[in-house]
Amino acid sequence: MVKRDFEVLDHTADIGIVAYGATIKQLFANAALGLFDLITDTSSIEPKIEHQIEMHDSDNESLLVAWLNELIYLLDAEQLLFKNFEIKTLSKGHLKATCKGEKFDSTKHRIKREVKAATYYMMKITADRHGYKTSIIFDI
Amino acid sequence: MNQWQGKLISLDNYRWQIPQDYKEGMNVPGIIYANQEMLSSICKEQTPEQVANVASLPGIVKYALAMPDIHWGYGFPIGGVAATNLANGVISPGGVGYDINCGVRMLCTNLHENDVRPRIQQLINELYNNVPSGLGSTGKIKLSQKELKDLMVEGAHWAVKMGMGSNDDLEATEEKGCLKGADPEKVSDKAVKRGIPQMGTLGSGNHFLEIQSVKEIFDAHAASIMGINEIEQVVILIHTGSRGFGHQICTDHLHIMEKAVAQYNLALPDRQLACAPITSREGKDYMAAMACAANYAWVNRQCITHWTRESFSKVFGRSAEELEISQIYDVAHNIAKIEKHIVNGQSLQLCVHRKGATRSFPPGHEDIPQRYKEIGQPVLIPGDMGSCSFIAVGTERAMGETFGSTCHGAGRVLSRSAAKRNIKGEDVLHEMQNRNITVRTGDISSLAEEASLAYKDINSVIDVVHQSGISRKVARTVPLGVIKG
Repeated sequence: MVKRDFEVLDHTADIGIVAYGATIKQLFANAALGLFDLITDTSSIEPKIEHQIEMHDSDNESLLVAWLNELIYLLDAEQLLFKNFEIKTLSKGHLKATCKGEKFDSTKHRIKREVKAATYYMMKITADRHGYKTSIIFDI
Repeated sequence: MNQWQGKLISLDNYRWQIPQDYKEGMNVPGIIYANQEMLSSICKEQTPEQVANVASLPGIVKYALAMPDIHWGYGFPIGGVAATNLANGVISPGGVGYDINCGVRMLCTNLHENDVRPRIQQLINELYNNVPSGLGSTGKIKLSQKELKDLMVEGAHWAVKMGMGSNDDLEATEEKGCLKGADPEKVSDKAVKRGIPQMGTLGSGNHFLEIQSVKEIFDAHAASIMGINEIEQVVILIHTGSRGFGHQICTDHLHIMEKAVAQYNLALPDRQLACAPITSREGKDYMAAMACAANYAWVNRQCITHWTRESFSKVFGRSAEELEISQIYDVAHNIAKIEKHIVNGQSLQLCVHRKGATRSFPPGHEDIPQRYKEIGQPVLIPGDMGSCSFIAVGTERAMGETFGSTCHGAGRVLSRSAAKRNIKGEDVLHEMQNRNITVRTGDISSLAEEASLAYKDINSVIDVVHQSGISRKVARTVPLGVIKG
């Protein structure tokens, strides 16, 4: 069965996604792609610049929240939009990734919504024979 | 989400109790302020379960409270009030919310609706150009790191010092626009970097700036003390908060508290209630950082107030003083504060968490401005975009029952995506135009997310807080023009 990379999830107060991945690394990459899909049309983002992210946390769920919050921070503070995510390392609470994208340009990117934080709500990474899956609700 | 199946005991027409034995771990009962009709939508979302969860916080006193605009939130419900004992209680960032010191400010003018109607489009355009709003908006104030640190400590006073307001504005702001105990050392570099470009912006989501007309006055004496003397007098309502700065502080400290929960061996029914003892290092650090965000939000609303005055002045060709644009009040509705309350006859220092709840202090209270001592603290309650808003005052009953708190708005009933499925932004725009409301927004499709059908009826929310006596309504206003962030 082929699953999508992610789906948009409905939630009363805010909005979320369900992310999938054949591997845990892919799950993290798809969750990030889902985040930027909520923010803008990702096809309008060109992979012009590369940004490295490295972080540590206690478990994969905390790491996933921290990873998405790092991307939200980079958008707010440095106006960076990303579309390509290569997760280089992901084990024992250690994440290393390369993200490609470009600086926000109001003439070519339409911001659909301001996403302000990834939350722990409904966050549980599960695995079955198809791979990994989790919901992520964002505060907007 | 499934319908909540728990037990609610009716105390009277407006108070519903979740008994302490509903769930293991509850330290106090829960009380929901609502009428019978509201209960079905409140129970639809498991929100009462969140009230029961809050009731299990260490050191919570009396009861976990929910206002009639309650809806589902992260860990704590929105519209929730929880007071914890300073001596043995906890503080929780989730009990404040991501948008620290999201709040509402109302300005009064000496203009009549008839003065404003002919120039409303010009006024809204001027305000839209003057007050940065909407998605990805950045401010026109260029702050240095040093200035940001100064304003974290000084609050709205910083903006007044820069010529963007008066001492009267400060006097008419909760905490005089400066929450004490702010320590910029407890604020991360990330929060600083998010905070610098966003100062002086309205933001997006449910934030707005409205030009309103007074449509009903319920208490002429209280209204006149606020400067409202006649029907169709024009007032201005500003609803915004601490932007990405407050969000980053919440995110950072939730992360720290996650670890504290294990360290202090706290048993919590929901991970998002992450908290730490108020007197612990983690608790104190959060309080100090939260105060920085609260002060940032007051500066933000002060800057927007200044540009609002400039815009009115330009359009009418008269100074803000001539137009008598004075501040009625400014309330925070996402905050935690140390306050003194009487519990079972004993005066206690409590940490009162108000998440989507407004302070509602009674006449004579020492923390309210001299000018309002006789009538109680003004309480500003915006309805959903394009409907109506209310001005109320605080009461003794609130002091005795709800730690001096009341509701903060209408309260969402439909998800943003469900609202968008039900109605188009263009239709919301036309509907508002048909009602003679001028609207400016950077993103028409987002209007649907804030459509009236996505919210509870503000009139019934006000009816509950008025009838139950936790605030008293003074006037009702309707929008003439809206800038939606």
